[in-house]
Amino acid sequence: MKVRVTVMVKKGVLDPQGKTILGSLHQLGYKEVTDVKAGKLLELSLPKMGKAQLEKKVKEMCDRLLANTIIEDYEFEVGE
Amino acid sequence: MKFGIVVFPGSNCEHDCYHVVKHVLRQDASFLWHKEKNLARSDCVILPGGFAHGDYLRCGAMAKFSPIMETVSRFAAEGGPVVGICNGFQILAEAGLLPGALIRNRTLHYLCQDVYLRTDSNASPFTRKIPHGKVLKMPIGHGEGCYYADAKTLSRLEVEGRIAFRYCDAKGNLDEESNPNGSLKSIAGVLNERGNVLGLMPHPDRCAEAILGNEDGRILFESVIGR
Repeated sequence: MKVRVTVMVKKGVLDPQGKTILGSLHQLGYKEVTDVKAGKLLELSLPKMGKAQLEKKVKEMCDRLLANTIIEDYEFEVGE
Repeated sequence: MKFGIVVFPGSNCEHDCYHVVKHVLRQDASFLWHKEKNLARSDCVILPGGFAHGDYLRCGAMAKFSPIMETVSRFAAEGGPVVGICNGFQILAEAGLLPGALIRNRTLHYLCQDVYLRTDSNASPFTRKIPHGKVLKMPIGHGEGCYYADAKTLSRLEVEGRIAFRYCDAKGNLDEESNPNGSLKSIAGVLNERGNVLGLMPHPDRCAEAILGNEDGRILFESVIGR
């Protein structure tokens, strides 16, 4: 099974990467873009298991390692 | 006094720290590989600068799970003095031994320069000999040194006198120009609740002897010796 974990900088925490990308987009003429947030995408491969068990496990991985919840939010999506 | 200097794969300032405590200050010192579980009877633990585990995922994120960190946590909980310098600070924050987090510098640039620091707390084994408000000059070298903590944590740190160092100008004034990385409240170093764990982004290990042109960092090591 594949799980896609998205980790984003929390609202209110400085995201200089996003700001810099926004500046570049504006420079290229895409003035309609009002904000950019830069984050991380992690793809995990796991053996088949029940949905509840999988979600519990992935949440634990996120809280312990994949995200730092002081500065980041995460969400994940279970694929095939 | 014996210093234990933790070495992670990717640490690169362990020899600077070793040199200062062993050759400049004539103390006992040994390296502690991160897979070890004992501190070799160290009286003080140093987490040096570098790029532990390649800084992958987040700085310090993997290092907090190194076997030695459990022992370091226990040592800290018993009141043992622990200092994390630069990457060592990031590791202590990730491990939850210090509050907050270190994020990307606001300029996105890796910064390598001298900064001025105002000492705001001498209630720790590492700052006890520094007069309150004393300005020290130290070098920094980091890409992720912007201190972040939520508003509640920041005000707690302030009320409890746990902000050890703040970036300032040569006279000790706080302003945004002297804050190189965008740290909230200009924070360069913080203490744990008990005051025995210090994390700071600047490098006292790189300015502890006259031949280097700056000895301001030496007082941190001298403070912890012979307490």
